[in-house]
Amino acid sequence: MGDVLKKVPVREQDAKVRATNFEEVCYGYNQEEAMEEAARCINCKNAKCITGCPVAINIPGFIHEVKEGNIEEAYKVIGKSSALPAVCGRVCPQESQCEGVCIRGIKGEPVSIGKLERFVADWAREHGISPEKPASTNGKKVAVIGSGPAGLTCAGDLAKMGYEVTIFEALHEPGGVLVYGIPEFRLPKKGVVAPEIENVKKLGVKIETNVVIGKSVTIDELLNDEGFDAVFIGSGAGLPKFMGIPGENANGVFSANEYLTRSNLMKAFDENYDTPIMIGKKVAVVGGGNVAMDAARTALRLGAEVHIVYRRSEAELPARVEEVHHAKQEGIIFDLLTNPLEILVDDNGWVRGMSCIKMELGEPDESGRRRPVEIKGSEFEIELDTVIMSLGTSPNPLISSTTKGLETNRRKCIVAQEENGATTKEGVYAGGDAVTGAATVILAMGAGKSAAQGIDEFLNGK
Amino acid sequence: MYKIRKAEKLAENIFLMDVEAPRIAKSCEPGQFLIVKMDEKGERIPLTICDYHREDGTVTIVFQIVGASTKKMAELQAGDSFRDVIGPLGQASEFIHEPAAELKEKKYLFVAGGVGTAPVYPQVKWMKENGIAVDVIVGAKTKDLLILEDEMRAVAGNLYITTDDGSYERKGMVTEVIKDLVQNQGKHYDQVVAIGPMIMMKFVCLLTKELGLPTIVSLNPIMVDGTGMCGACRVTVGDQVKFACVDGPEFDGHLVNFDEAMKRQTIYKTQEGRAMLKLQEGDTHHGGCGHCGGDE
Ligand SMILES: Cc1cc2nc3c(=O)[nH]c(=O)nc-3n(C[C@H](O)[C@H](O)[C@H](O)COP(=O)(O)OP(=O)(O)OC[C@H]3O[C@@H](n4cnc5c(N)ncnc54)[C@H](O)[C@@H]3O)c2cc1C
Ligand SMILES: Cc1cc2nc3c(=O)[nH]c(=O)nc-3n(C[C@H](O)[C@H](O)[C@H](O)COP(=O)(O)OP(=O)(O)OC[C@H]3O[C@@H](n4cnc5c(N)ncnc54)[C@H](O)[C@@H]3O)c2cc1C
Ligand code: SF4
Ligand code: SF4
Ligand code: FES
Repeated sequence: MGDVLKKVPVREQDAKVRATNFEEVCYGYNQEEAMEEAARCINCKNAKCITGCPVAINIPGFIHEVKEGNIEEAYKVIGKSSALPAVCGRVCPQESQCEGVCIRGIKGEPVSIGKLERFVADWAREHGISPEKPASTNGKKVAVIGSGPAGLTCAGDLAKMGYEVTIFEALHEPGGVLVYGIPEFRLPKKGVVAPEIENVKKLGVKIETNVVIGKSVTIDELLNDEGFDAVFIGSGAGLPKFMGIPGENANGVFSANEYLTRSNLMKAFDENYDTPIMIGKKVAVVGGGNVAMDAARTALRLGAEVHIVYRRSEAELPARVEEVHHAKQEGIIFDLLTNPLEILVDDNGWVRGMSCIKMELGEPDESGRRRPVEIKGSEFEIELDTVIMSLGTSPNPLISSTTKGLETNRRKCIVAQEENGATTKEGVYAGGDAVTGAATVILAMGAGKSAAQGIDEFLNGK
Repeated sequence: MYKIRKAEKLAENIFLMDVEAPRIAKSCEPGQFLIVKMDEKGERIPLTICDYHREDGTVTIVFQIVGASTKKMAELQAGDSFRDVIGPLGQASEFIHEPAAELKEKKYLFVAGGVGTAPVYPQVKWMKENGIAVDVIVGAKTKDLLILEDEMRAVAGNLYITTDDGSYERKGMVTEVIKDLVQNQGKHYDQVVAIGPMIMMKFVCLLTKELGLPTIVSLNPIMVDGTGMCGACRVTVGDQVKFACVDGPEFDGHLVNFDEAMKRQTIYKTQEGRAMLKLQEGDTHHGGCGHCGGDE
């Protein structure tokens, strides 16, 4: 047995090899490794880890079952709280959630909760275990808009309570950011995402793709003409931001969303698919979040030299530590404390470079992070053929602008109560990125869960 | 699956299809578009809704072969299906929101170029259904490429047809007809709507600006999702960047930066050219020969 203060190491694809393919980076634990890691959990009475999980999975409970080798039981424990364990085990920012408060972490490394959750979910899938369809329905209909983590969770929970649920999805595949944003090498689509969605369908949830709410049909029509008793909006925050600097509309400048959508949803990295993608020689990704890392690592795999251009320092990078670490291993170059001023364009309208300025950190700003300020006279140019803007996203106004009585705030987010997801319009609930702005998978799931409760209370009181 | 009810060749490389898409047929308005995806591996292709039959649950599309995907699409027959049809997308033409009385007072001129005749048709038809007779100019390269002539004649007030080579009716570009109507025949228009290839819309706008005629154009930039998520479709209108799929596709033509828009349309030209070659030559072409231009 290894050092009890350390996590059982997880096997990964070699950095040099994986930099050229789209296969999953992390292989996960096998049963032996999982049982060994599970033994590190001291089964705390007052389990802090549970408070760190937005959907309050009974973590010591499931880990105990893993330790005993009862993986199917472990899956049932997780299933009570989470509909997408194979996804969360892979993409949750565990270091700032469950694992961030694990008692083991005070002296040594926390228990590898995420990797254990992933193992249990993968094991269940490989052994053909899936949740059961509820015996009867209560005859009430709920419409769920968007099939991202918020929508899938809300739909799954409502179905378990006996509601007839239909999810309406604007794109041609369900999954939201899980299919169009997060790349294959972090979250396999066919292997992991599709089966989890299949599990939600097995609960009786119908999914209608290609329906753009606000265009194909409005929320009022769903409530008044199509017989739905309540609506949940989980439409995400998909509208990309640009910097507004000169040259930004040049050929070769993309939003991270476009780049990732072409590669993930449309599978442009696979030459058997028809959608094209720009394969740059030298690419700059502007921004420092998870999305920026994903875009950078995608461009790298397509064969480019990739730079992350970020205006603060490494300590402020908003991306997960694991992702930054993986990106560096793979050979992404970090140009920190650097801010773009202008995209330089050649005579034919193509990107030829970017002029930037060096930054230094000044006084802390509202977010508590030190504000980057320009260093006068430090302007310089880099040669490039592709620029990917990854500056964050905001909720799309398609739904709010076509639904009377649905209030939004200054940041275009839908106003909803935190406890139950109720919006300013009766019978209409919302949660996930559409309410909070871009956040995380597990927070979106937590919001979907609370809203399912809220909808149940509303329809029962009716 | 979205079944194709009718598939018809209108002219060389131009095809019409009626497709079952009940939700779209029920809610669409003139000026809007949809996206089709042929199969699992296909691209998402934006196309204007050229007609709709609400009771039947069908919509009509007209498309031209310009690349690999549209070439494949042209092979589909009645009875085949699209895997996905998404829509309606974009804003409806502004005039449908105008009070009928005000609209009747206005004189409209529609200018259609090439396959742009298809998107102009539902607008002219809507006008006719609302009791408004509008003038329509249709331009085609040559007589054989003229489409929807009878349909257009049935709904237009005055129809002026012109061909670049003079093989049918007038000879010359649509811009010459506009000049003729306004300068020689003393016609006055409150609003021009021009839809066709980017280059044609650009020249129509240069002219109508000179003539002082407000002009709306319908832009067709490269798109992916069509719902405001990717920004591929961004265009500069006045001093603002707009997403054509949600803010448009129709814009004030006098404010559109056409040169930028035309450059942006060519982003994937090399990749698309390669895809087309692969399709034409099948297994005999693998790229990399360096002689045929397929690798440029
Ligand atoms: C590239 C990338 C990487 C990320 N990495 C991580 C990570 O590692 N860990 C993590 O926890 N989080 C990560 N996130 C954030 C996380 O994915 C999101 O916070 C989460 O997906 C939000 O879930 P949601 O259900 O609210 O919305 P989404 O996942 O955005 O789903 C919304 C769905 O609604 C659909 N929709 C929108 N409008 C309409 C309409 N009008 N009609 C019908 N359907 C509509 C959309 O098409 C979409 O499918 C990442 C995000 C991105 C973009
Ligand atoms: C809102 C909108 C409405 C449209 N309506 C119609 C219509 O009613 N009938 C019709 O025939 N076409 C229409 N188009 C254009 C049509 O979508 C493109 O011709 C088609 O996507 C090209 O696909 P392809 O793979 O065959 O060609 P590609 O091989 O992809 O492209 C060939 C060439 O066409 C250009 N191109 C590529 N994609 C687009 C695009 N999305 N839009 C414009 N040019 C493009 C490029 O310059 C490229 O070099 C519309 C486009 C938009 C955005
Ligand atoms: S869902 Fe996320 S936060 Fe909760 S236990 Fe799993 S990895 Fe941790
Ligand atoms: S806090 Fe850590 S050690 Fe304690 S129960 Fe949770 S996972 Fe186990
Ligand atoms: S096509 Fe993606 S934003 Fe318009």
